[in-house]
Amino acid sequence: MGRKLLLEHINEPGIQTFEVYRKKGGYASVEKALKTMKPDDVTEEVKKSGLRGRGGAGFPTGMKWSFIDKKSEKPRYLVCNADESEPGTFKDRYLMEKIPHALIEGMITSSYALGAKTSYIYIRGEYMYVAMILEKAIEEAYAKGFLGKNILGTDYSLDLYVHAGAGAYICGEETALLESLEGKRGNPRLKPPFPAVAGLYACPTVVNNVETIAAVVPIVNMGGDEYSKIGVGKSTGTKLISASGHINKPGVYEIELGVPVEEFIYSEEYCGGIWKGRKLKAVIAGGSSVPILPTDLILKTAKGEPRLMTYESLADGGFATGTMLGSGGFIVLDETASVVENLYTFARFYHHESCGQCSPCREGTGWMEKILHRFRDGHAKKEDIDLLWDVQRKIEGNTICPLGDAAAWPVASAIRHFRKEFEEAVMNSLELAHV
Amino acid sequence: MEIKFSETALAKANQIIGRYPQGKQKSAMLTMLHLAQSEFDGWLSTEVMDYVASLLSVKPIEVYEVATFYSMYNTKPVGKCLLEVCQTSSCWLRGSNEIVDHLKKKLNIEVGETTADGMFTLKTVECLGSCGTAPMLQCGADFHENLTIDKVDELLDKLRTKNERSSYLKSLVNS
Ligand SMILES: Cc1cc2nc3c(=O)[nH]c(=O)nc-3n(C[C@H](O)[C@H](O)[C@H](O)COP(=O)(O)O)c2cc1C
Ligand code: SF4
Ligand code: FES
Repeated sequence: MGRKLLLEHINEPGIQTFEVYRKKGGYASVEKALKTMKPDDVTEEVKKSGLRGRGGAGFPTGMKWSFIDKKSEKPRYLVCNADESEPGTFKDRYLMEKIPHALIEGMITSSYALGAKTSYIYIRGEYMYVAMILEKAIEEAYAKGFLGKNILGTDYSLDLYVHAGAGAYICGEETALLESLEGKRGNPRLKPPFPAVAGLYACPTVVNNVETIAAVVPIVNMGGDEYSKIGVGKSTGTKLISASGHINKPGVYEIELGVPVEEFIYSEEYCGGIWKGRKLKAVIAGGSSVPILPTDLILKTAKGEPRLMTYESLADGGFATGTMLGSGGFIVLDETASVVENLYTFARFYHHESCGQCSPCREGTGWMEKILHRFRDGHAKKEDIDLLWDVQRKIEGNTICPLGDAAAWPVASAIRHFRKEFEEAVMNSLELAHV
Repeated sequence: MEIKFSETALAKANQIIGRYPQGKQKSAMLTMLHLAQSEFDGWLSTEVMDYVASLLSVKPIEVYEVATFYSMYNTKPVGKCLLEVCQTSSCWLRGSNEIVDHLKKKLNIEVGETTADGMFTLKTVECLGSCGTAPMLQCGADFHENLTIDKVDELLDKLRTKNERSSYLKSLVNS
């Protein structure tokens, strides 16, 4: 059994409440940080831990925190990204619903490190019932003196609020999220300036994922050095993986980074193998945006080494033969699943979610959906494979925010690894045309 | 009909505005529109949006811009129960197409339409973070997960008997 740092007490009855959470050692990181550490000491521990952002990009968290503009006279903000809309990802919902105080505790300790006096949790609107759970937990924390004025009798004060979105994947992109928090459409901003300099209300701001912030709790408790010993190489600590699709045991699993992919898919501790006794065909390892890999390449790298659940191992081989850990949304396709139709659901998704500011993304996602619709419904032509390739290539790197890339990568990888399926779809179309 | 929030909704609105710095009341926009939908039959008419603009001291266009951007806001009337079936990858892999087809047949409507009695509107949506319990649909605040045809039928019966407008916000207004 791997070590659990975030979900250790998840099955404790009543862990949703302050009382039980506290009894299980909750809020110790707040006591430790506020009473025995300077804000910069907390950042230093996070740096030492090697923690990397759990929202998808994997940027080192301690480094991000140290970019915050300290010379500015303006207030600073910590904003938690609980927008969680990347298809295949549901770990933040699980964490917030089951153990809400873990996020609240992380928010307090992290806000202290950053010198924020007001912090927000931006949660996707569809998770409204989870927002209510958080509101209740926040209320409890205020009542117990862990939020509000002079926390635990120190001179640190913090207000924490939940802010609900209203249905838009793009609001997970950090600058779109800030626009949305300001009450506007979720249109990503041009960078620079980065949020650390001009974020919410043009003030210095850090945006972090739910799981990233929750991980600050064990880091402060055990110390950054201890935390960094868990995992492999630069992939330190534990990671929540959302596993779905054609497996026997879909769900959220906390793994120590470094578990072999094969073990993750087939062991009883995790996914429990492919459902209905079928064979594995392909995996999308890190949410809809990352390249899909066929069985041989997800279980082993191109060099024949076992593929591990780490940032580095999953990326081994670049986009030619590798993929990314991303958000940890692990989607499994069995031998009967159509890669083309699965891709169509992604193309429709990105077209629906494009904010429309950049023409390569707005038009390109529309074209990709249309072409894939032809494949799905049996009237694709041979040229359509090249056309699809051409369209995705023209989006990548030519847009304001990475949504364009995220829409292109799944298409490129599906054609790269499953070209035959596209060709078969064309053949079927020809046959249909003759009937 | 005069367009005005109930006392409780108004109190909630003011509480929400208080969460943002002075002069940044526009930040309350998203929640205000959620409240408005919950207060006024599940959708946002131009009059309702103008009312929200007045509450936030912003121009009406600033509200229209937002209302038309986010998928949870309905700018046309909807049935009492909005059935939102997820159709993205993980749900599709586990049979969301069959769920949608069944609902279409059973309710005798197409996606995007409302039943003649005004009870149900059928909508398809993209991933709702319920992929591990797929297929799923959302109605109001509730997630209905690991769906089967039987479970869908049961749900429809239950909703019909209850005969209430489903809201994802009830608990917010009442809290
Ligand atoms: C289109 C798009 C959607 C995103 N959605 C999310 C999301 O739902 N949750 C999240 O934490 N990060 C999301 N991100 C990444 C954020 O922009 C940002 O990098 C992240 O919140 C930083 O937190 P971290 O460093 O703790 O990972 C998204 C990025 C893009 C481009
Ligand atoms: S890449 Fe797409 S989503 Fe991102 S800003 Fe451009 S149009 Fe909007
Ligand atoms: S794919 Fe349906 S909830 Fe995620």
